[in-house]
Amino acid sequence: MDFSYTETQTMVRDTLARFLADRYDHETRMKIARGDGWSPDIWKAFAEELGILAAPFSESLGGLGGGAVENMIVMEELGKALVLEPYLSTVVIGGGFARETGRTDLIESIIAGTTTTAFAWAEPKGRFDPANIATAAKKSGGGWALSGHKAVVRDAPFASHLIVTARTSGGQREQAGVSLFLVESGAKGVVRRDYPTVDGGRASEVYFENAEVPGEALLGEADGAFPLVSRIIDEATTALCAEAVGVLRELHRQTQDYAQQRKQFGQPISKFQVLQHRMVDMFMEAEQAASMALMATLKLPDPAAVSMAKAKIGKGLTLSGQEAIQIHGGMGMTDELAVGHYFKRATMIESQFGNTDWHLGRYEALAFGEAA
Amino acid sequence: MDLSFSPEDIAFREEVRRFIDENYPEHLKGKLDEGEEWSKEDYLSWHRILGKKGWVAPAWPTEYGGPGWSATQRYIFSEELARADTIPILPFGISMVAPVIYTFGTPEQKARFLPRILSGEDWWCQGYSEPGAGSDLASLRTKAERDGDHYIVNGQKTWTTLAQHADWGFFLVRTDPSVKAQEGISFLLIDMKSPGITVRPIITLGGEHEVNEVWLENVRVPVENRVHEENKGWTCAKFLLAHERTGIAGVARSKRGIEKLRAIAAAELDGDRSLIENPFFKRKIAELEIDLAALEFTELRGLAALAAGKPPGAESSLLKIKGTEIQQRITELTLEAVGHYGAPYFRGLGDSDNEHAIGPDYALRAAPTYFNMRKTSIYGGSNEIQRGIIAKMVLGL
Repeated sequence: MDFSYTETQTMVRDTLARFLADRYDHETRMKIARGDGWSPDIWKAFAEELGILAAPFSESLGGLGGGAVENMIVMEELGKALVLEPYLSTVVIGGGFARETGRTDLIESIIAGTTTTAFAWAEPKGRFDPANIATAAKKSGGGWALSGHKAVVRDAPFASHLIVTARTSGGQREQAGVSLFLVESGAKGVVRRDYPTVDGGRASEVYFENAEVPGEALLGEADGAFPLVSRIIDEATTALCAEAVGVLRELHRQTQDYAQQRKQFGQPISKFQVLQHRMVDMFMEAEQAASMALMATLKLPDPAAVSMAKAKIGKGLTLSGQEAIQIHGGMGMTDELAVGHYFKRATMIESQFGNTDWHLGRYEALAFGEAA
Repeated sequence: MDLSFSPEDIAFREEVRRFIDENYPEHLKGKLDEGEEWSKEDYLSWHRILGKKGWVAPAWPTEYGGPGWSATQRYIFSEELARADTIPILPFGISMVAPVIYTFGTPEQKARFLPRILSGEDWWCQGYSEPGAGSDLASLRTKAERDGDHYIVNGQKTWTTLAQHADWGFFLVRTDPSVKAQEGISFLLIDMKSPGITVRPIITLGGEHEVNEVWLENVRVPVENRVHEENKGWTCAKFLLAHERTGIAGVARSKRGIEKLRAIAAAELDGDRSLIENPFFKRKIAELEIDLAALEFTELRGLAALAAGKPPGAESSLLKIKGTEIQQRITELTLEAVGHYGAPYFRGLGDSDNEHAIGPDYALRAAPTYFNMRKTSIYGGSNEIQRGIIAKMVLGL
């Protein structure tokens, strides 16, 4: 057994950590959050200076020859700095779909930083079930016509392409009959309403109003894309777990730093045992999260491992986020301190790609023998 | 032993309910749910309506304009306000500074300030916490030095709620630095328009501007604006803490919160059923309702003891801890219920006439409210401090 990083992996992590420390401090991050919600310059630097957009792709495609472990390493660092740029949406998800469907052109443009993708899977009435799809795609000439409404599509306002799940047959919650499309954001009939998210990012409601897309927009098999969708959502969830590790480590670190500086009743509040134990709990949540993110990564594509990790980490995010604010006291409530923004991101990760209950239920279904 | 209210209390409840029904301003209904904020005028409009009826200061003695209600009636009144989801009557004037003034103030202070608090003419804020004095309030440093018939006040207060609207503030200041911390503090009433006062906004997690920093630079305060003797300010502060505990548990507001949560969970779909039919989610609401029942009956036991003439004790700390935990849990489950639509940030939506709505209305504030309500276990004596009080005062540890 060996959980150590290779030299290249260590280099990717250290270079990225240094870059973020130099170029992505909290103030910069908040400027981006209050501006467009992402920085094309940072993205360009990710592509050209750091090369991290190539991290999980094979060398034959111009990648660094990595995979899910590289995504984990990158996402943990992005989590520590609360990075807003769409690595998850583009490299993990867009890149994942491109890899599985043999779209090397897409991978090349993702690595180059010229293509950014957003994943339009959730629907207003679908909650966390990716098969609960009302959006429809109908054959139209040589291509397809899409109609429907996708909810809270993260990173859509600045994505060049949308990856859209749509139903080509079957009933609303059936796994059979799901197809996947790569749609240009500016395509006719695609209407977006963009907005900021509470954690500083950007998302859109995306309406397909009989949007005509060409035949080659279809990714994977018509009617049979669900296993692929499910697989990539599991990869994304795993990467999200790694981001959560970074967030949890920072929640703990910042809280402990603050408690050691803040004096009340003539001593640093870190001396109070009741607070010490709670900071220990935060530390343990971060450690367990790191273990679970690693487990899920190494066991991919095992869906049970993914749901175990997300359920465990989801609970940790809630606990640590709340404790971080409580131990910071009034200062934790301010928009000015970084910790509040980590708390908000922690809160959003908890429900992204299924909340704790959803993943507990999915794990139960998988582990106790029911169909998921 | 009898669980039910007396026929008189039940008639009183009917009267209150009818009054709210007939008099609560139409334009305030549902305002928050539509993504708007309460304005100063909103607070004042309901304050004036209740003031005219003689109901705005339920706990005040009748000689100063209180309605002369029993503890039970006050409880019923606050329950009915919460049930109707009315804009709150802010506590700073009515239930914080006023009891200090009518208990410790001079006849001149009573005559000068109480009528204007009752009418809503003066908006009050509380100058207690400082950057270095939060849970350890007695370590406060803002100092007041005598200069003839004035104090010269210098220092900084923080977390001052709605100070941006305030006409007056009640401040704890240090008048004697040479004695034990609690013994050198005085209670001053300060005109917020005095030269030398600067109010700066603090924006909190949900994007709200509720609290402020208040800077005092050589602010001249007439000695006649000191309540109680010099260096007896801590007595006023302690009195105030022990005095205003009615409604601290927020039972009625939480009941209303759970009703809304149930409605949201019934409206949200979870596969082929509504979320409220999801056994895991239903159980969480059930647990919350059970906790709330335990809180309600703890409060009622206190109320019954009070009605029987027994003094209130340190159980108010229990009500504060459990009350705030329940309030926070409601917002947590509400955010969970709305699923993906917890993410959009309503303050950034811009043009509200857009034909494409973003999620259901009830989801708009779910996340900011969850973030904002984290304050409740921090303010008013953090829940750690409250547990300390129980350990010391109740358990004798």
